[in-house]
Amino acid sequence: MSTETLSQLDVDRTRGDFHYPEQHTFDAGSGLSHATVDYISNVKGEPDWIREFRHKALDVFFSKPMPTHWASADLENIIFEKIRYYLANAQRPTRSWDEVPDDVKRTFERLGIPEQERKFLAGVEAQFDSEAVYSNMKKALGDQGVVFVGSTDGLKEHPELFKKWFGKVIPTGDNKFSALNSAVFSGGSFIYVPPGVKVKHPLQAYFRINAENFGQFERTLIIADEGSEVMYMEGCTAPKFETATLHSAVVELVALKGAKIQYVTVQNWSANVFNLVTKRAIAHEEAEVKWIDCNIGSRLTMKYPGVILKGRKARGEVLSIALANNGQHQDTGAKMIHAADETTSNIIAKSISIGKGRSSYRGLVHIPKHLKGCKNNTECDALLINSTSRTDTYPAITVRGSGNSVQHEASVSQVSAEQIFYMQQRGLSEAQAMSLSVNGFVNDLVREFPMEYSVELKRLIDLEMEDSVG
Amino acid sequence: MSLVIHNLHARVVGGQQILRGLNLEIEKGSVHAIMGPNGSGKSTLSKVIAGHPDYEVTAGEVLLDGVNVLGMEPDARSRAGLFLAFQYPVEIPGVSNANFIRAALQARLAAGEELEATEYYGDLYKEMDRLEIPRNFTARSVNEGFSGGEKKRNEVLQMAMLKPAYAILDETDSGLDIDALKVVSAGVNALRGPNLGVLVITHYQRLLDYITPDVVHVLVGGRIVRSAGPELALELEAKGYDWIRDELSEAALAAEPVLA
Ligand SMILES: Nc1ncnc2c1ncn2[C@@H]1O[C@H](COP(=O)(O)OP(=O)(O)O)[C@@H](O)[C@H]1O
Ligand SMILES: [Mg+2]
Repeated sequence: MSTETLSQLDVDRTRGDFHYPEQHTFDAGSGLSHATVDYISNVKGEPDWIREFRHKALDVFFSKPMPTHWASADLENIIFEKIRYYLANAQRPTRSWDEVPDDVKRTFERLGIPEQERKFLAGVEAQFDSEAVYSNMKKALGDQGVVFVGSTDGLKEHPELFKKWFGKVIPTGDNKFSALNSAVFSGGSFIYVPPGVKVKHPLQAYFRINAENFGQFERTLIIADEGSEVMYMEGCTAPKFETATLHSAVVELVALKGAKIQYVTVQNWSANVFNLVTKRAIAHEEAEVKWIDCNIGSRLTMKYPGVILKGRKARGEVLSIALANNGQHQDTGAKMIHAADETTSNIIAKSISIGKGRSSYRGLVHIPKHLKGCKNNTECDALLINSTSRTDTYPAITVRGSGNSVQHEASVSQVSAEQIFYMQQRGLSEAQAMSLSVNGFVNDLVREFPMEYSVELKRLIDLEMEDSVG
Repeated sequence: MSLVIHNLHARVVGGQQILRGLNLEIEKGSVHAIMGPNGSGKSTLSKVIAGHPDYEVTAGEVLLDGVNVLGMEPDARSRAGLFLAFQYPVEIPGVSNANFIRAALQARLAAGEELEATEYYGDLYKEMDRLEIPRNFTARSVNEGFSGGEKKRNEVLQMAMLKPAYAILDETDSGLDIDALKVVSAGVNALRGPNLGVLVITHYQRLLDYITPDVVHVLVGGRIVRSAGPELALELEAKGYDWIRDELSEAALAAEPVLA
């Protein structure tokens, strides 16, 4: 890549909107069939049970209809035959940035990943298209028995642990896209934290799509053993291509007795990415799972992180922020399945719709009749930036039995012309004024986020507002 | 150096004409007051000068130290040195006062320049003390749940922090009890000086006991119908606005104004 092209790229305002010419050694080609599944299984050298799992999943995928009877009709615009399902140069990541190919390394440097790793992370995995190209963790954690590798390595190096939990939180047939992921998954993280180990600094994964007409299907499995603690953060970007790109991940979390998992996402896909992700956790006795989910980018996101509260006194939380700009639909929400006494759940969802952007909240809270002492709190707040914006709320709360309590609040507010004028009168541009209102709207939630992520989120909101004012 | 409003005509976008040939010149270092009955166009004047999108200027100009600001965005006018203390300050949920004022100051710096935080809080606390504003104010959301008096103090605080060249205070006295009025007036008086021109808009004479104007204007029907020294305010207070209306013949109200 010439220096001239590089400096041109550097003036791009959005940090993620650039790409390097692709050169892939492994390419499953366009379209999806059992041969695609075999290709992926072959290059990865997988055991038979996984190969069979994939083939079965593909049949489930083919047999399930698109969920357009309740979800966006835009799903029909995904052309599965045009997508490439596996693109990689190698199947094993390196442990040193020096060994990462130059253009790929430059990509992650521009996204600030190696720098963040030095500053505040306990470990990093960087995925480029289908495979992790870099994966490393602080040595001290390895000495304590913590495992943080890509899913391919997880399966190879820890087959028993992997097999015990893989596909157990989210069954293949949960939905059409979990089936798709189960058939062609590649990349994603495998994490195991031994009993009592508290990982102080976050582990981070960064997902990068570089290729056009491509689908990224990472698969993440995190197991926090009894009394352990871990925070995982993921970021993602892709360049703005003309054609639609598909990202369809499956993320399963297992928090054993007394364990704590925090999972933080800042999703900033470009506006042509279909982001259809299934995320769910099982929380055993006295365990805590917190999903912090920020959706800024993508064309259509459908994502409803959930927690199955399986053990007594388990606690689940979803804090989510969705920002839908012109042409975007953020269809997000949360699921809390109470399955034991004295379990508590908390959902706070804030959405911002700008211009013709649309945001939807779908919530599911289920507390069956035989349980006692369960609590749920749900709050959904929507902010509309102008009159063509749209927001919908579809809460489904089924609470049976009398010893349980549920609180549900919803609000819709609007940034008024008077507010914008007031702020402009003090010298802020229209975009700055809108950013400030939006930041004000999400402020109380963002305070719960790790520092580094709140800074990043604020930066992304500023960029979105600049774009929307034009 | 002055803020000149020349032959200003303005109407609500697609609606009624409100300002009908208004002339005014506020020299730096001076304090002018505009008095007028409710609905005469006082707030409209202040908002048109500041660039509110509800209004369109149909004729005339507004010159800030010689520069016509009418083509500028409201924020550019602000950064050029124009400040408006709102009659009805707006609430901004979730945005703290400290962050808001800081963002406004930051917007005045060149790209890449960062506001120095310690210095900023030093200045902010100094001005807050002067206006008898308690420290917990900084963390509260802008005007949210504020009493009328707190909102007006906040306007004057922002004015003190932003150091405008020209400030328009729209009914800063309304909703204030006498103690608050004294504090707010003292705050404004402390800012008076050769580098600031002030236009005080008020319905009542009371405020002018505390902020003594150099010139008093009367606005009726969208134009200035009389200008004189501070004694005019007292006369108005004694005789009421009907007195002015009676003195002005229908013809005089309909014709282009003669006062400059
Ligand atoms: N945005 C607006 N839309 C419609 N009418 C307006 C608007 N602003 C002002 N007016 C009308 O213009 C007249 C002057 O209003 P205003 O400037 O607020 O008066 P004052 O501040 O002197 O009491 C009033 O009749 C008011 O109803
Ligand atoms: Mg008024």
